[in-house]
Order: sequence, then C-alpha cells, then structure tokens
Amino acid sequence: MFAQLTQFESPPVDFFSLTPLFILVGGAVVIMLVTSLSPRPIPGWFSTAVSVAASAGAAVVAMVLWNDVRESGPYSTVSDAIGIDGFSLFFTVLVSLGVIATALVGDAYVRREHIAAPEFHALLLTAATGAIVMASANDLVVMFIGLESLSIGLYILAAMQFRRPHGREAAMKYFVLGAFSSAFLLYGIALVYGTTGSTSLIVIRERTSSLGAMVSPSELLIVGIALLLVGFAFKVAAAPFHFWAPDVYEGSGSPVSGFMASVAKAAAFAGLLRVVVVALGANEGDWAVPLAVLSAISIIVGAVMAITQNDVKRMLAFSSVGHAGYILVGVQAATAEGMSSALFYLFAYTFMVIGSFAVVSVIGWDNGHPIERYEGLAKRRPWLAGAFTVFLLAQAGVPMTAGFVAKFLVIKSAVAEEIYWLAILAMVASVITAFMYLRIVMAMWARDADVDDAPRLAVAPATAFVVAAAVAITLVYGIIPDSLIEFTRDAVPALVAGN
Amino acid sequence: MEATGSNAWLISLAVFLPLLGALVMMAIPKEEEDLHKLIALASSLAALIAGVFILARFDYDNAGTLQFVVDKSWIDVINSRYIIALDGLSLPMFMLSLVVVPLCIIYSWDHIPEPGNAKAFLILLLVLATGMNGTFVAHDLILFFVFFEVVLLPMYFLIGVWGGPERKYASLKFFLFTLFGSALMILSFLALFFLSDVQTFDMRILPEAAAGIHSTTAIWIFGGMFMGFGIKVPMFPFHTWLPDAHTQAPTVGSVILAAVLLKLGTYGFIRIAIPILPEAAAEWAPWIGLLAVIGIIYGALGCLAQTDMKRLIAFSSVAHMGYVMLGISTLTDFGMNAAVFGMVAHGLITGMLFFIAGSVKERYHTLEISRLGGLLVSAPRLGWILGFASMASLGLPGLAGFWGEFPAILAAYQPADGLPVETFRTYMVIAALGTVLAAGYLLWMYQRTSFGEPSEEWADTEIDDVGTFEWIAWTPFLLAIVVFGVYPNLLFSVTDDAVVNIADIVAKSTGG
Repeated sequence: MFAQLTQFESPPVDFFSLTPLFILVGGAVVIMLVTSLSPRPIPGWFSTAVSVAASAGAAVVAMVLWNDVRESGPYSTVSDAIGIDGFSLFFTVLVSLGVIATALVGDAYVRREHIAAPEFHALLLTAATGAIVMASANDLVVMFIGLESLSIGLYILAAMQFRRPHGREAAMKYFVLGAFSSAFLLYGIALVYGTTGSTSLIVIRERTSSLGAMVSPSELLIVGIALLLVGFAFKVAAAPFHFWAPDVYEGSGSPVSGFMASVAKAAAFAGLLRVVVVALGANEGDWAVPLAVLSAISIIVGAVMAITQNDVKRMLAFSSVGHAGYILVGVQAATAEGMSSALFYLFAYTFMVIGSFAVVSVIGWDNGHPIERYEGLAKRRPWLAGAFTVFLLAQAGVPMTAGFVAKFLVIKSAVAEEIYWLAILAMVASVITAFMYLRIVMAMWARDADVDDAPRLAVAPATAFVVAAAVAITLVYGIIPDSLIEFTRDAVPALVAGN
Repeated sequence: MEATGSNAWLISLAVFLPLLGALVMMAIPKEEEDLHKLIALASSLAALIAGVFILARFDYDNAGTLQFVVDKSWIDVINSRYIIALDGLSLPMFMLSLVVVPLCIIYSWDHIPEPGNAKAFLILLLVLATGMNGTFVAHDLILFFVFFEVVLLPMYFLIGVWGGPERKYASLKFFLFTLFGSALMILSFLALFFLSDVQTFDMRILPEAAAGIHSTTAIWIFGGMFMGFGIKVPMFPFHTWLPDAHTQAPTVGSVILAAVLLKLGTYGFIRIAIPILPEAAAEWAPWIGLLAVIGIIYGALGCLAQTDMKRLIAFSSVAHMGYVMLGISTLTDFGMNAAVFGMVAHGLITGMLFFIAGSVKERYHTLEISRLGGLLVSAPRLGWILGFASMASLGLPGLAGFWGEFPAILAAYQPADGLPVETFRTYMVIAALGTVLAAGYLLWMYQRTSFGEPSEEWADTEIDDVGTFEWIAWTPFLLAIVVFGVYPNLLFSVTDDAVVNIADIVAKSTGG
C-alpha cells in the first residue's frame, strides 16, 4: 500500500523571485522576535523603522526584478503557481509604498491610542505579504491563501481600536462579512475547478479558450464565475456588496481604514483582474456585463449615499465604493487599455486615500468625525487643509491632479469600446460626488469658523512627510502622467507558463 | 513663415508668468502684504508685456492662420500634445484676459474683500489668470480642457471664501453646474477622438478628421459640447448659477467672471464645436438661436424684476450673452464677427459695471436700488461713470456695446445657407425688442441710483468719490469702450480672417 504513494517532490523554487515576500515576512518576524525577547522595552519607533525598511527593501527588489522581466520576459515559478510579471511587480511596488505610508502614519497613531506597536506593524507586513501573493498568484488556491493572509491581518488590525464601541462593531462586522465573502470565493473556485479540472489559471485559460475540448460551456462554470465575482465584489467594496465598508472604515483607526481602502482594495482588484481577465479571458461575455452593472451600481450608490453622510470617514467610505465603481469601468472594458487604466486608477487612488486618512487621523480621536470638526481647519493648520483639499479635489477628478487622469483613462477605455451609457453615468455621478468633496473643502475654508478655543493639532513629522509625499505624487502624476501610464501599460496582466 | 516660429515662446510666457508669480508668493509669509501685491502685479504685468510683444509681432495680414505655434509632446501615451497658438480669433480674447487681471489686482490694492488675506486672494487670481490665458490659446482638446477646468477652482474659492452672505450656496452651484457641463464635454472630446479618421486631440486637424463621423452621432457629440460651453456662457435655461455667483462674488471676482469667464463658453463654440462638427452645428443652430433669444428676453425681464443692483447687472449679462449666441447661431462670418465683438464689448462694459457696483457697495454697504439715490450729487464722478457704462451697455451707437449687439441682430436676417430663414428673422425681431427692454432696465436703474437728492439715510454721510486705484484700474476700460465704439474696425479687421475660415467650413459642409 505504501508503495503506491509516490515520493513527494518539491517543485523547483526560484528563491530570488520571491525575495520581496521573504523580506516582508522577515520584517514581521524580526519585529516580533526582538520586541518579545529583548529584556528592556523596545521603543515604538523600532517597529516603524523595521516595517518601513522591509517594505522599502521589497519595493527595491521588485524594481530589480522588473528590470529582469523587461529584459528577459515574464516567467512563473513554484510550479507555475506564482507569476513574476509586470502585473505582479506593479502591485508589489504599490503595496510596499502603501505599507510605508501606513506605517509612518501609524507611528503617531499607535502611540496616541496606546496600541501595541510591534503587533500593529507585524500585522501590517503579513497582510501586505498576502496582498502581494494575491497579485502574483497563478493558481486559485494560492490566491486564496494570499487573500486569507491579507484578511486575517486586517481583521485584527480593524479590532485594534477595541476600546471604542464603534471599533468593536467594525471588527466584528468586518470579520463576519469577510469570512462570508471568502466562502463565496471558495465556492466559486470549487465550481471552476469542477468544470475545468484545474485550479491553475494557466490551465483554466487553456481549457476555457478551447471550447471544443470541453463538453459544453457548462452552466457550472458560469455559476462559478458568478460566485467568484460576488466574492471579489465584497472584497473591493463594490455595491451592492459594500455594506460593511462604511461601518468598518468609520470604526477602524484611520491609518487602518486608509490601508483597507488602498492596499486591500488594490490587492482584491489585482486578484479580480488576474482571474477574470486572464484566466477567463475567453469567457468575457460572462463577466463583462455583470461587472459593468456592478460598476454602475457602485458609482450610483457611492455618489448618492456619500452626499447624505455627515461623518467625514463615512463620506470617504462611500466615495471609496464609488471609486471601486470607476475602476470597474476600466475592468469591464476588457481591453488592455482598460486594464492599464484600472491600474493607473488604483495607483493614483492609493495615494489620495492614504493621504486623506492620514489627515483624518490627525484631526480627531474621539466622538467620530462629524464634518463640523473640520470647520476652520484652514485657520488652524493651513498646509494640512491645503493638502486635504488636494486629495479631495483629486478624488473629485479635477484636472492637474492624478485623479483627473485616472478618471479620464477609465472613461476613455469605456468610450473606446462604445459603452456610452456607463461613461455618461460615471461622469454625471462624478458631479454628484463633487458636491460631497466640496462640502468638506468648504467646511475647512469656512471663514466664519470659530477656532479660538479649538485644541492645537499635533502633526507628527512622519505623518507630515506622508501627506507631503502623497500631495507631490498626486500633483506630479496629474501634470506629467506619462511615466506612470507606461508603467501600467507594461504591467497589463500576461500569464506565462514556466518551463 | 519666419514670424511664426521665432517668438513662439512668448505665448507660453504670457500664460505661465502669473502662475510663476503665484508659486513665488506661496513661499513668502502672508504678513508681507505689500510684497504680495507687488509680486502679483509684477507677474501679471509681465504677462501683459509679453502680450504686447505678441500684439506687435502678430502678422495681421495672415490673421486667419495660427501664429506663434508651439507643438511639443506632453502626454504621449494618450496622444495629447502641448499645442499653443494664436490667430485673429484668439488674440482679442487673449489680450482681454491679459489686461483685465492686472487691472483687477490694482483695484484690489486697497479693496481686499473680507476676510482679508491678500496672499491667498492674489494667488488665486494669478492661478485664474493662467487658466484663462491658456484656454484661449490651447489647440489640443485635452490641454484646452485642463485650462478650462483650472479656471473653475480659483473662482470657486474666490466666491466661497471672499463672497457675500450666501457664498456657500453660490460657489457650490457655480462649481457643480460648470462641472456637469464639463463632464459631458470631455465625453464628447473622447468620442471625437475615437470616431475621427485619425485618433487625435489636435484641434487643427480635427475639422477634417471628424468629417467622416455619422451625422446622427455628430449631433450627439455636439450636444455634449453644447452642455459644456452652453452652461459656461450661460445660456437659458442653464443660466441660474450666474445671478447667484455674480451677486455673491467679491468685486474683482464678478469682474473677471463677466469679463473673461463667460467668454470661455462662447469662444469654445466658435473655436471647437462649430468648425469640428459643422453639420451638427447647422442642425443645432435654430435651437441655439431660440435659446439665445429666450435668454435675451428672459434676462431683460429678469433685470426689471431685480431690487439689487449687482443682481440686475448679472441678469443683463444673460441678455447680452444671448446676443452673442444669436450671432454665433447664424453660422455666418458676419454673425460670428459680431459675436466676437460682443464678447469683448460685454467684457469691458459689464466688467466696468461690476467695478462700479463693488465701489457703490463699499461706500453704501448695500446695493438695494431702493435705498440708493443721488449718486450724481454725493459722488458725481462715480455717478457719471455709471451713466457712461450704462449707456454703453444698452448699446448706444458710438460706444463698444453697439457693435456687438446691432450686427448680431442684423446677421439673423440672413443666416448661413441651409438654416431656416423665417425662423431667424423672427429671432431678429424678438432680439430687436430686447434692446428696448435693455434701455428700459438700465435707464431705470441709473435713474433710481443716481438722480435726485441722496435719500435721508445717506444725507449726512460723506461719500468718497472715485479714488486713485479706482481711476488707474478703470481708465483703460473706459478708453477701450470709446475707442472700440468709435473705430470698431480695429477689432473686426483682426477677427475677420479667422472667422471667415470657420464660416467657410460651415458653408462647405452644409452647401456641398
């Protein structure tokens, strides 16, 4: 009986290609080991420094790999389960930058909230590892593992503000709904596996694109695709699967909300793009229209709900639902142009939203974030108000900001495919959302605000740096977006079988 | 052409010098108010000097061709280029914008509105200047759009922070209305890009490249641009943002809004919408004409119903821009020449009226017409200037306003081939009636504010007459109103060639 068992052969692993992952995990391990083994208490900045250094290292290695890929082409490793291509490296860089920003903003935040710094940063790094795995996975199971590492890290990060009632509610909601959506995804994976006989994206693509080889374009596959879409829609917070987002963004700490809205959303989009566009590219008819509908609903819900809110964090949450809709406009176009526009959007949005939440994290620490608290901010902290204005206007899509270029590119990809109804809807909705952004702007610059007895706002240097850098990125890529657009064009997903 | 290439950088200089000034000012603490005023004035004057050089080097014999062309790559990956150039159509608008800004800064010298902060106020004015200058010279649709939109933000803040009591409502309305138009406009630009024979945003090539677009599609695309430009003009029924914005805006905000911003819309029609989609323009023209005359009558009736002087002037803008749009809708060179003249004239005259309104408000702390009176007694010079500007505004021959209004009405008698002649002649009659109403409301306003003895409320109050900074800021306006009124050919000769080109494109597409 034992003889029938074949000897387990581990697949060949190209370790250098996985260095970014190792660096991030290594950083998390170092933080945990040093802080728990050290006889004396380690100051909080140590964890921040390690997580910044680790993510910076990961980003640098990713750039080196990127150079290789440009010269010798993309490849996959670990039995074709991990793809090293422009797409995965683009997300590696994006996620690493997101972690650096979140870690720096989080530095002051954990001190203020009396949260254990090592845990915060270690979880950040492991969540980021999961995000990168998701973006690189060439296999549905690997992608699921990445998704879970990301999600579990985030569940705990969301729960770190447990001293506040909203914090506990947010964590619970996020956990339950997150697990729920993972179940959808898993079921979808199972059905796709059932019809195609493989979890490898490469094999799935081969089998679905040569329809003759299959018995029929099975209904099971369509159901599987539908479940996958629902799962991803949950993760990217697209309506009507967005209900968790406002409560969770509101209840979690602002740096964590920023991380969720940027890195977690980007990772989920990376997974979605990899699965639908590449593996299921032949079944475009099965997912393009549903995604267009999801996109339209998200844009409408994001716009209409956002203007009725009175809490800045909830406004940003609903606007993040709307932004998911805009990114989906690019995805549903199902063209290379559309993909690269979605990537550009994700990149630009990451910095706008991390910057926004960095500002939010400076403003308040209790009683929520009613818009009244932002009144007269321009008098108290003119530069901070100016930066927030830039982020908000960028999200509204005002020219000279990266937000405009991003919106322009996704709309362009829809017009190129002659999907006018969605383009018109998206543009009209952008006017509605502009109202909400302008409300915040107006409140900040209100000249009759009474700010004399308002408490002095402390802006930590690290936070100030993140805000300044995010403003610079938002403006620079708004005026000269060429290099970033080219980067995203090279990063359009292309699956490559190894060997 | 030798003259075309060598001084090409002059335009870019004139466009971006104000922005440079704004950047320098950002680095200076706001306590240095005088320094800020100096830098703002210097950079806007420097831009004006570059403009004067352009005026001097401009080849007036070839006013129909683009000159000072700069064509550099900008965002290659989306085929958008940095194309900047001038012809006889752009030149007057460009110069108007260059002249108005320094004069507004001079006026602001001792008139920084509540709540002060000269630094921020002037920086916004300079950014606004760059946006306005750029819009009139951009020849790439995306570049045009960016400049067109850059204008929006500073004006939003000028109204929203330095405006009157209803400033929040007014600034938001202004921003959202315009943004709505722009949102549809950019869609039209994109549709043009993809449906043309060549995928390009280059406005010089597009009239030919877009000729192949199916006529029904073209009508829709024109519709998108109509929304963008029509809201900016503003045409009835999209005009409702204008009275609010004007009434609440600080004085120089109103002046710039009237003098330059509204013209971005009409300029867009002549420069972009009509030459690129002439057939669709011909389909739309009767409707545009209809909205134009409704605007003329509605604006005039609106004026008669106002009790606030500034709001009255704002409604008169709706009426005046109606004449401009009527001229454009005839699609003839005669009508469009009149329209361009009307744009400049309205800019000067209504700009002047808003200056006066601002000064009256500063002296009386109210613009309620019923509470004013006797301006000619208490501040005779101010009163006479108001009378002069009112006369110019109602279209008195010999002053600039006449040459915008009268030819536009006349042009409606004989619209371009293919347009319904009877309809336009009806418009002509209605528009002519509008001039009577215009005389009515302007004289009525002038009488009630300036004639008679000062009311008891102000009998004991000392009212200052026109001050030094006001004189410096206003004199160029007043002179220009007279000069263009006496010698209109000064302007017509510049615009004619460029306008004839556009009318030819229309004639070719509708006639052939």
